Amino acid sequence: MSFPWANEYKPSHPLMQWLDEKLPLPRFVYNAVGAGYPVPRNLNYMWNFGILAGVCLMIQIVTGVVLAMHYAANAGVAFDSVEHIMRDVNWGWMLRYAHANGASAFFVVVYIHIFRGFFYSSYKAPREMIWLLGVTIFLLMMATAFMGYVLPWGQMSFWGAKVITGLFGAIPLVGEPLQQWLLGGFAPDNAALNRFFSLHFLLPFVILGVVILHIWALHIPGSSNPTGVEVKTESDTVPFHPYYTAKDGFGLGVFLLGYCAVLFFAPNMLGHPDNYIAANPLSTPAHIVPEWYFWPFYAILRAFTADFFIIPAKLMGVLAMFSAILCWFFLPWLDTSPVRSGHYRPLFRKFFYVLLVDVLVLGYCGGAPAAEPYVMISQIAATYYFLHFLVILPIVSSIEKPAPLPFSITEAVLGKDEGAVLTSNPAAA
Amino acid sequence: MADEASIDPAHDTGEGVRRRDFINIAAVSFAGVGGLAALVPLISQMSASADVLAESSTELDISAIQPGQAIKAVFRKQPVFVRNLTPAEIAEAGKVDPGSLRDPQTLEERTKEGKTNWLITMGVCTHLGCVPLGAGEGEVKGEFGGYFCPCHGSSYDTAARIRKGPAPKNLEVPPYEFTSDTVVKIG
Repeated sequence: MSFPWANEYKPSHPLMQWLDEKLPLPRFVYNAVGAGYPVPRNLNYMWNFGILAGVCLMIQIVTGVVLAMHYAANAGVAFDSVEHIMRDVNWGWMLRYAHANGASAFFVVVYIHIFRGFFYSSYKAPREMIWLLGVTIFLLMMATAFMGYVLPWGQMSFWGAKVITGLFGAIPLVGEPLQQWLLGGFAPDNAALNRFFSLHFLLPFVILGVVILHIWALHIPGSSNPTGVEVKTESDTVPFHPYYTAKDGFGLGVFLLGYCAVLFFAPNMLGHPDNYIAANPLSTPAHIVPEWYFWPFYAILRAFTADFFIIPAKLMGVLAMFSAILCWFFLPWLDTSPVRSGHYRPLFRKFFYVLLVDVLVLGYCGGAPAAEPYVMISQIAATYYFLHFLVILPIVSSIEKPAPLPFSITEAVLGKDEGAVLTSNPAAA
Repeated sequence: MADEASIDPAHDTGEGVRRRDFINIAAVSFAGVGGLAALVPLISQMSASADVLAESSTELDISAIQPGQAIKAVFRKQPVFVRNLTPAEIAEAGKVDPGSLRDPQTLEERTKEGKTNWLITMGVCTHLGCVPLGAGEGEVKGEFGGYFCPCHGSSYDTAARIRKGPAPKNLEVPPYEFTSDTVVKIG
């Protein structure tokens, strides 16, 4: 599971020795995130975001469990109970703002984590399973965030629930019964609110489970690194503790500064004023938009305005929106270049930045009203999005001439690797 | 397992069916059927409950609605539009060739015989379920004089038929009947 030179866990205290024999949990932690896990010595700050995502999940679970102690999942009182949390519960305002902005922070961190994966091709063999589990976590996060946003039972909550469950109505034949089954009625109401609360409480723990699998799968090949060259010898690695616990600790401090700045000084910056109006099934807000982290996918959904052969526009939009994420599952097999890191892939690197801009453009259009020129821009950007993954990536992989790779991580860091001389030129030794 | 195999000659040769195979299949099948049966209540509990279904009919007094006016009522927790069409609006709806529409229907097919002026539809956009504007006094009716959905810009005509925008269908006509000249029962 780890490299042969990994430090071994040797408890000195008799109590720890006794525990190690009965339940080697400290040994497990030591090997997972302690001195027993050798990590490439050249990781940059892009490698902080996995830990940060874990911290975000913990913030969400802790604040969420506390909020659930004061929230009432009943359509008659849900909105008032959230106002009760904001006004009457001790520190309730802070806990709720921490939870609402914690969701945004979680998505910021995870989007950077995902784009780190795109740039450094972290999804390539032997790390496909880590990637597949990661995409699964992202899907679960989206479901959890969506259901959480419904709970305050404001106007955006209600109409968000209506529009998103309306997507299932686009499925031929079974669509409408499926939608009514999901909602437990003909429109979002008490039944829907209750089940969303139940699932919103459950899913974070499912995410936690998949995160554990994600880290387990990561520890089999070990972490990737900015060169994309695999670890060869002990000189390529340093122990996770204290080197990366310190580096991650610093990154965490910077992250918390940003998070707290928003939480305490602009807690409603990312929210919508309409959600402070109680849900009204008879009146749609003038401008329905989902939370910012859904905007790129919402733009793809709305980009389809004309029927596509026999497929109605509405179904096409729904299919495209889900495909936009599902295509990530195929990434390890669409990108066939043997070189991982974007640093050594001049052509790939250009297209990576184009994709980054493309997703930002989609995000902007997703938050804008459904009018021209945003619809047309969304259509172009959505087309490019799929072209990137399904056409450009495979072609670039086959025609690109990568830059020369360093012999090892050590050489990349120190400029020379004694081992490289020995291996590549035995006569000199 | 080795002892078991030696007293069962069929097992040694790898041929034939052992009596134990039958017990295995029967036991696992029984557990499988039982497991599937247990899924039925778990899935079915998600569907609309009896009290939700019990609320699904609405009676309305429409005597106060003047021609050109419309009201919003609630049916199955969703808005329903009851509109008293003016002769001009009826004529407008009749001018369109149904064949040219995305969801071809005439006004007559969407109303009750002899009551063509009473257009009763769900106030639920067939795109993603927003409530279109146009029923309330002074609301935008869109370029076809019927309803206009602000979410994604679907426009409906005076017969509430989809004319422009992403919605695939006309506004749904719920099942209803006139119990008298002034009372309509929806659902």
